[in-house]
Amino acid sequence: MKSAVIVFPGSNCDRDAAMAIQKVTGTAPAMVWHQETTLPDGTEFVMLPGGFSYGDYLRCGAMAGVSHIIPAVKAHAEAGRPVLGVCNGFQILIETGLLPGALMRNASLHFVCEKSPLRVENANTRFTSGYATNRDVVIPIAHHDGNFFADDATLDRLESEGQVVFRYARNPNGSARDIAGITNERGNVMGMMPHPERAIDADHGGTDGLAVFESLLGSA
Amino acid sequence: MSQYAEGITPEIAASHLPADEYDKAVEILGRAPNLVELGIFSVMWSEHCSYKSSRIHLKKFPTAGEKVIQGPGENAGVVDIGDGQACIFKMESHNHPSYIEPYQGAATGVGGILRDVFTMGARPIALMNALRFGAPEHPKTRQLVSGVVAGIGGYGNCVGVPTVGGETNFHSGYNGNILVNAMAVGLADTDKIFYARGAEPGQPIVYVGSKTGRDGIHGATMASAEFDDESDEKRPTVQVGDPFVEKKLIEACLELMETDAIAAVQDMGAAGLTSSSVEMAGKGQVGLLMDLDKVPQRESGMTAYEMMLSESQERMLFILKPGKEHIAEAIFRKWELDVATIGRTTETGRMVLMHKNSIVCDIPLDPLAEDAPLYERPWKRAQPEPAIFADELSQPKDYAEAILTMMVSPDLSSKAWIWKQYDRHVMADTAASSEDPADAAIVRVHGTNKAIAITTDCTPRYCENHPIEGGKQAVAEAWRNLTAVGADPIAITDCMNFGNPEKEHIMGQFAECVEGMSEACRVLNFPVVSGNVSLYNETNGFAIPPTPAVGGVGLIPDISKRMGYGCVAAGDILMVVGDTEGHLGASIYLRVIENREDGAPPPVDLHAEKRHGDFVRTQIRAGHIKACHDLSDGGLGAAASEMAMASGTGLNLVHEGDLPLHGWLFGEDQARYLLAVDEAAVKDMRMAAKAAGVPLHVIGIAGGEALTINGTIEVSISDLKAVSESFMPTLMGEAE
Repeated sequence: MKSAVIVFPGSNCDRDAAMAIQKVTGTAPAMVWHQETTLPDGTEFVMLPGGFSYGDYLRCGAMAGVSHIIPAVKAHAEAGRPVLGVCNGFQILIETGLLPGALMRNASLHFVCEKSPLRVENANTRFTSGYATNRDVVIPIAHHDGNFFADDATLDRLESEGQVVFRYARNPNGSARDIAGITNERGNVMGMMPHPERAIDADHGGTDGLAVFESLLGSA
Repeated sequence: MSQYAEGITPEIAASHLPADEYDKAVEILGRAPNLVELGIFSVMWSEHCSYKSSRIHLKKFPTAGEKVIQGPGENAGVVDIGDGQACIFKMESHNHPSYIEPYQGAATGVGGILRDVFTMGARPIALMNALRFGAPEHPKTRQLVSGVVAGIGGYGNCVGVPTVGGETNFHSGYNGNILVNAMAVGLADTDKIFYARGAEPGQPIVYVGSKTGRDGIHGATMASAEFDDESDEKRPTVQVGDPFVEKKLIEACLELMETDAIAAVQDMGAAGLTSSSVEMAGKGQVGLLMDLDKVPQRESGMTAYEMMLSESQERMLFILKPGKEHIAEAIFRKWELDVATIGRTTETGRMVLMHKNSIVCDIPLDPLAEDAPLYERPWKRAQPEPAIFADELSQPKDYAEAILTMMVSPDLSSKAWIWKQYDRHVMADTAASSEDPADAAIVRVHGTNKAIAITTDCTPRYCENHPIEGGKQAVAEAWRNLTAVGADPIAITDCMNFGNPEKEHIMGQFAECVEGMSEACRVLNFPVVSGNVSLYNETNGFAIPPTPAVGGVGLIPDISKRMGYGCVAAGDILMVVGDTEGHLGASIYLRVIENREDGAPPPVDLHAEKRHGDFVRTQIRAGHIKACHDLSDGGLGAAASEMAMASGTGLNLVHEGDLPLHGWLFGEDQARYLLAVDEAAVKDMRMAAKAAGVPLHVIGIAGGEALTINGTIEVSISDLKAVSESFMPTLMGEAE
């Protein structure tokens, strides 16, 4: 599977994302600098990594959401190909309009980093099919602005359409309905606050994140 | 010759240099210094930059060893970890700024220590910190904790380097002077290490990073003075950090370091452009000619004095090989950072600065460095205090209550409220951090099976009552913590935090701590490779407890053999390595239960320490040990409580012998470890211990859901957890 990881100034999980993709797919992703305007030919999967793009000095993800590479990422998504945004990547996907809702400051007002127990709510997406037999997982989180918010109608729609993919078992940030990750209506764009790329190895963070990448490989 | 240059009053001169140092500056120049020169002399000769009070003592540290590639004197220490790889690390204080402006003070402390490490070509892989706050009930403590923790997290999380561990103490001795010591660890290939030395005449001087502003002017001087009630007015001397720029700077510098463009490099830390340029010139034995009009400036109308003394953050100074400027320009432009060639090295041996087409500074460099003041300040030895044993103290009425009281105490309670605010997992190589039951943090060497173990340690109450033993103990505990996770200890960095060295007893604390530390380093083969001295930690004449913080680094050759204290199962045999005499002087028990802080700390037998540690490490690697925890603060009672909480398995201890129970349980005797082992391994271990001359005592068996002692005292794991986890949220006003 040919992948690309978008690198913004301030991205800091780009290497981790590349390691995870390489480990599962056997192929190193292209690292695409934010000032590019096209994705490498034949890119099947695009990942927006975590970090603090542009320092997150404006609203998280707001600057990255209008950077040069974003039209190419949108076109990729609109063609039905998979896009995954993790943490800051999730914030950026919301800013681009590819995903609904908003990510507000954590209810505690503190940055929170912990190994977070999650429930896979929908194991029937191209990102989560590998979780069919193991729905209760632990994946690390690390964020200051992961408090998912949307109006009730949107939340109801996300629930009824199966777009709520990951839910916190122990809500760490005040997210509405314990939501940790969602997809778009079409199911090819997913954003999640937990870091699956930090859970691909028993010596670090466990292996519960592997299935995200394995699912993608299986569906590609 | 006029005694003062035009525009310089005696008051201005005196505010920069003491009279004798001023006279020396005049002698060096052969004329009176102008304001720019006066500023440069004053920061270069400040305690912070010149180590003028401490240098004589610091020479006692053993700094060489077979693994040492670079000892003290460069930006950070460098040790060999095999396979052509090096570990580069240093710890530094940011005490004064953090007290005045906790968020920015702590944040820029992290930024500064990261720069020390990546300046040498290392990719930073871990951050640690050692924090000392005032008494929990002091009115400033909550605000300082809140600001410092947010500042450390705000910076480290954003640059994307995991903050993997540290230690936090609370004591009224820090009410007016908190300590914020930050440590950074990085990795580099041994053939890709960059130094401040290496410049030759005729090379371009290239400035990169943020623009220069008026922030932090005279920060180094502030860090060399005592505080008083007006200290809040010094807030404008605290720098402001920008971790986003630092992240870009790390990537851009490492990219430039992949080329062959660099002759020498130095980050702009304390005393900014002055110290970075002077140090590189001094080490390369070259002169400097710089045009300050070319320095990227954040504000208009900046004077030469302001530019040379600014401590604006996220700036680096490179001396490049001639003709390579375009390589640097392309890389730094890509990262949207400022880059400017501001001068060149010369053969004059002088530092010549131009501003607005005139010479504003002309100082001979050698005397600026070599004639820097050096003081052998008078000092006196501390009065020894008597040891305190259990038979001098009445037994606690209720042991279970005593254990719970100790576990809710400020120094022993859980610090989860703090470390949850730090990203401990970014870079995906953290094998053990603050959240994990291990005596040291463990970070894998990326792409290998090796791991670096890291710890920070110091027991200031020991140093206060006996600086020599306290100094030894700080080093020994770091060595023990690395051993307890299965690492080979390699070397240390230190952060020497003390009061005003002009007072004999303070200088004595410093001298004696160095004496003790040096002895421990020698016996344990654990050299000092980098460090920092922070003096004048006093407010209104009240000094902090002597706090020589030690940052230790070790290597775990095979990460699968790492050790922790969380894997205990019912039926495991509990053993203690080392003998217990029940030393309660300066102990946590004495402080928390008896409300006393006197007495001699436990003596440190360094040879026993080495023997016991080598035995434990061998047994870990042989696969005999399931859990290992060093015995330190709070003694066996605290270690057993922590092991029970971490594993969720009860520990049932049995005390035999004549030693009073509270001495056995809470004595802080050194060179000891608590082990949980499979019953099948006990026989082999006993034989190995006997052969090695190591005392090994079976003290109980694991099982149940409580810590029990002699079957009569019982504390449930859930109660232990509840009290341990209650302290920080209560302090911060966030208890549920």
